[in-house]
Amino acid sequence: MTTQQFKPRQKTTGASIKQQDSNRSVINESGIEIKKTYTAEDLEASGGVAMVGLPGEYPFTRGIHKEMYRKRPWTMRQYTGFGDPEDTNERFKFLIENGQTGLNVAFDLPSQIGLDSDDDLAIGEIGRVGMAVDSLRDFEVAFDGIDLEKITVSLTINGAAAIMIAMYLAMAEKRGYDISKLRGTAQNDILKEFIGRGTWIFPVEPSIKLVADTIEYCANNAPKYSPVSVCGYHIRESGADPAQEMAYGFVIAKAYTDLVLARGLDVDEFASRLSFNFNIYGNIFEQVAKFRAGRGLWAKIIKEEYGATNPRSMVLRMIAGGGGSGLTKEQPEVNIVRGAYYALISALSGAQTMALCCFDEAYTIPSEDAQRLSLRTMQVLIEEMGLCDTVDPLAGSYYVETLTNQMRERMQAVMQEVDEQGGIVKMVAEGTIQSKVSTQAYELLQEIESGEFPKVGINCYEMDEEEPEVEYHPYAQDDADRQIERLQKLRAERDNAAVENTLAKLVDDATQGVNVMPAIMAAVKAYATVGEMTHALVSVYGRYNEPVRF
Amino acid sequence: MKSHATRARIRVLIAKPGLDGHDRGAKIVVRALIDAGYDVIYTGLRQPPEAVAQIALEEDVDVIGLSSMAGSHVPYCQRLKKLLLENGLDDKLWIIGGSIPAPDQKALKAVGLDGIFPAGTRLEEIVDFINERCQ
Repeated sequence: MTTQQFKPRQKTTGASIKQQDSNRSVINESGIEIKKTYTAEDLEASGGVAMVGLPGEYPFTRGIHKEMYRKRPWTMRQYTGFGDPEDTNERFKFLIENGQTGLNVAFDLPSQIGLDSDDDLAIGEIGRVGMAVDSLRDFEVAFDGIDLEKITVSLTINGAAAIMIAMYLAMAEKRGYDISKLRGTAQNDILKEFIGRGTWIFPVEPSIKLVADTIEYCANNAPKYSPVSVCGYHIRESGADPAQEMAYGFVIAKAYTDLVLARGLDVDEFASRLSFNFNIYGNIFEQVAKFRAGRGLWAKIIKEEYGATNPRSMVLRMIAGGGGSGLTKEQPEVNIVRGAYYALISALSGAQTMALCCFDEAYTIPSEDAQRLSLRTMQVLIEEMGLCDTVDPLAGSYYVETLTNQMRERMQAVMQEVDEQGGIVKMVAEGTIQSKVSTQAYELLQEIESGEFPKVGINCYEMDEEEPEVEYHPYAQDDADRQIERLQKLRAERDNAAVENTLAKLVDDATQGVNVMPAIMAAVKAYATVGEMTHALVSVYGRYNEPVRF
Repeated sequence: MKSHATRARIRVLIAKPGLDGHDRGAKIVVRALIDAGYDVIYTGLRQPPEAVAQIALEEDVDVIGLSSMAGSHVPYCQRLKKLLLENGLDDKLWIIGGSIPAPDQKALKAVGLDGIFPAGTRLEEIVDFINERCQ
């Protein structure tokens, strides 16, 4: 018998192998070769300045508003939620007191996939990665004392988005807000959940039908609300490169747009409420070019392909944040520095909203201190570094403008590739896109392990490290028990006949294929639970069966 | 030391326990193990302990590997341990990888995990460990 002994790897304590080779060719993550110097000729050869324009004007490459941060800095919206709605309400208020200007709600996994807290599958998961929500009552508690006109709320919810949007609108209505004027966002991008993140519930077709239902419902009833935030973000986290990240986001946004248009809505009735979510880690110039290119490309698509006439329909509104995959467990303090550069990228890119992953996130749900540090990082940029002084400060750079043109071309090529393979819905249903990005993730990790793709603390400037002292976020069994008690009390006290009626109506509407949002709104207002409503929909739609291919 | 003299290839089950949907790591490990010459069965997301035990039994695997990114691994593994014992699977090499905080690593060892590979582990380390323990 041979026993392979594990040999401790030799650490690279100095520069990466890349930096040691001055004759190297440089190719960015999106596959574009970077020259040593850029001149006016390079810019001309890449297509010139035809797509640059002015901020606030088509094609919006330079920004979606004329004055951008000069008028108002980006919204600071850290992703937050844990335990029960009371714990989360407390953390929301902590962040608002520290200058946060928007909320970004994290739900626990049972809530995200439509399970009640007393479901067997929820054991050990209640309130763990976000707040537990079973009914409208939980929304009432979570947002208690928060002015929904001053603080816009973003719900990071996908599989159960139709239900949570209904809960948010119902809660606001109950508190006296006019929902026709209410602002806010739901992530509600189910196609990307099938590619990365994984909080799907129903099969692909009914899942995207639900997205279309929410867009249609909001266009008619809550026209200021953004029912979808299309996420290239998680596809990048799953292995896509920056150009693919944005291109896949666009083919997904087009898929939803097509569904809504097929219902007879005009593109200008809803396109201005589509929003986006993109990632900010990596090469600074590649990301800035990505965002500038993406704004121009999306405007062109909505105007030329869809015939929109309202300029607000053409703007790429986005949260540009996160950067989770760029952070490391090794030398975690370095993540504070990375976070600051990522925030700089987001600001240079003209994002409307920013959220930063915290330096301790490779270990745990962020502590209050880590969350505050992320807010301070953004506040330093706003107050001290001049990021709000002028719009699109990198415009006109030979390099940035050339790269912007090249990134736009790459995105168009990726979008065409998807079309040639039958479209994104088909690729998701068959698992081909999932397989593609996970292959790329594997290849990238191999490049990191070989040192070819430099990562400080992992393949260069490594140190011998002790496991750092981390303030771990504990699982709160007390909260979980309290949430279950609250749920059971609700079931005992509510008008159960009314709940039954609204659930029966939901099953009927789902069966008939009409828009289910009115039925969900009625069920929510009767205090039906997330699990009950999901169960009603599953009885009609069935559950997704994950295609696994390598 | 586990003996599989009659078998040409080591059979590995990679499962995603609980409700967590972050499968980048699990899929990377699957590919690395396939490249290392193992037969790999990947369960896909959201497998309850009963399903993992059942698949491990049906597929007659040598290694049961879990990938956990969202923190529910300790109570999950406690439940799975019971099922592994009931099904005579407790002699299989049982490993876990992902976001496993230090305090949890201790708890998981106590439950009976043979190998713990927190985020940042090199792929060859996992391959070498399986090779060494399954020869």
